[in-house]
Amino acid sequence: MTHDRVTYDLVVVGGGPAGVAGALTAALAGLRVALVDTGTRLGGQYFRHAAEPKPAPGLARFLRQGRALAARADVLLGHQVWNVSREPDGGLTVHCLTRRPAGERAVELRARRLLIATGAHDRPLPFPGWDLPGVLTAGGAQALLKGGGVLAGRRVVVSGTGPFLLPAAAGLAAAGARVLGVYEANGGLGLARHPLLALGKAGEAAGYTATLARHRVPYLTRRAVIAAHGEREVEAVTLARLDRDWNVLSSRVVACDTVAVGYGFVPQIELGTQLGCRTRADVDGSPVIDVDAAQRTSVPGVWAAGEPAGVGGWRLAELEGRIAGRAIAADHRADHRADQRADHHTGHPADPPPVFARRRERWRAFGAALQRAYPVKPGWQGWLRDDTLVCRCEEVPLARVREAQAMGATDARAVKLLARPGMGWCQGRICGYAVSCLAGEPPQEPRRPVAQPVTLGALASLTHPQTPATPQDPGDDPAH
Amino acid sequence: MTFHITVDGRPVPVVPGQTIGAALHAAGVRSWRTTRFGGRPRGLFCGIGVCFDCLISVNGRAPERACLLEAEPGDEVTTA
Repeated sequence: MTHDRVTYDLVVVGGGPAGVAGALTAALAGLRVALVDTGTRLGGQYFRHAAEPKPAPGLARFLRQGRALAARADVLLGHQVWNVSREPDGGLTVHCLTRRPAGERAVELRARRLLIATGAHDRPLPFPGWDLPGVLTAGGAQALLKGGGVLAGRRVVVSGTGPFLLPAAAGLAAAGARVLGVYEANGGLGLARHPLLALGKAGEAAGYTATLARHRVPYLTRRAVIAAHGEREVEAVTLARLDRDWNVLSSRVVACDTVAVGYGFVPQIELGTQLGCRTRADVDGSPVIDVDAAQRTSVPGVWAAGEPAGVGGWRLAELEGRIAGRAIAADHRADHRADQRADHHTGHPADPPPVFARRRERWRAFGAALQRAYPVKPGWQGWLRDDTLVCRCEEVPLARVREAQAMGATDARAVKLLARPGMGWCQGRICGYAVSCLAGEPPQEPRRPVAQPVTLGALASLTHPQTPATPQDPGDDPAH
Repeated sequence: MTFHITVDGRPVPVVPGQTIGAALHAAGVRSWRTTRFGGRPRGLFCGIGVCFDCLISVNGRAPERACLLEAEPGDEVTTA
């Protein structure tokens, strides 16, 4: 079938727990639904799995949901959404790129409603040597393992902050890596009093703890990797003991071949900000999409679920997806009735059943508590040297950021214009948080006219979106 | 039931479903391009399609993200 001609009642962007739950809920209610995801399999980050999936908590259920969805909706994998635009008739056009079956081409989906379920990515902090091959985000190390069964390295140091370091380290250790330690920059409670236990996730935390203990992996708090060393790859790291603000108290060098780092998560909200959705500051100050009780954003016809609406983990994401799916189905029914009666539709938000609302409050409180327990403290800025790259894409060292500030750049935007951090391929996704911190302001909303770099060939094919498979010109540069 | 791709002419085994990036990592190849200004080696960093560090040319096409691109039998990969 061609996807260019139908108008979907709902297009969902993101095939993780939030997106699949939302899409399935709406499809079961009779809506015509398409779900779009960049990956080659459903799952998002948490439920990422290999072609032959290994058992993991919740995965069997998720895979059942995915199969049920595929039977009732168009699931478009390998499709990247780079923009959603509002049409004169009030509908939405979801602009995607796909490279299948032959070469990159543009695909447009028409939608009456949109669910943003785009998840989050790791939030890295820069440190000397963080651009050496062998330094990966904790999520990147997890993705290699879950998606391809590949160990990121043999002698691995896990560092950063937050509960996600535990599954990342446990996964690596269980798969045969020698994990030299988990170095948690925050809090001095240790594993036995880890907030995951205090917050009623005892089963989950106990599983990771047991795995780490079985493989004799030490979990040490107020410690972090503050530098990576090597010529072509990581050969060693500097491990530091930190004070409560992450200033270095003492340090030593340890040989290793791989570092997995993560300092929390960055919700992917650019589709929402492109459409003008109102944002709010999450617990840690990061902008997230503001939603009402029914997961509806401030923009008519647009809902958000999961991390883009506030970081809280996969259970919250799935629940929010279900709530959004119900609300979207109610909106669809209301539109339908309005059409039949030809009268005006006032659009009451479909509030979730109390049991869903209560459970959502509980998971949100849990997410907020974790964010409060694992903040990013300012001392990391002292780990940087003048030549430490802040922006990996444009290779902007700290010295150039400081130079821009000396020239009068007082905020992150001015720093970006003068020194170009965040102007490269990743459009500031990786360095945006760090640049905001260095500029002394809270993390900024993304201002990206496109959510993914697009080749000129693909843009050109937009005027004829039905034209099949236009191979791109290899000489094309990405448009920013 | 692994198949092979070639990396600079050398065969590298792939488990079906693996990305180009995962196959390279598994074969011990951890960097495959150098940066424009500093000539610094780069490979996988975010591993999920966000950072664009892992750009690689497959079958002579324009650079794509190795972490997202599922390897296909006969793919020819060129590192810089």
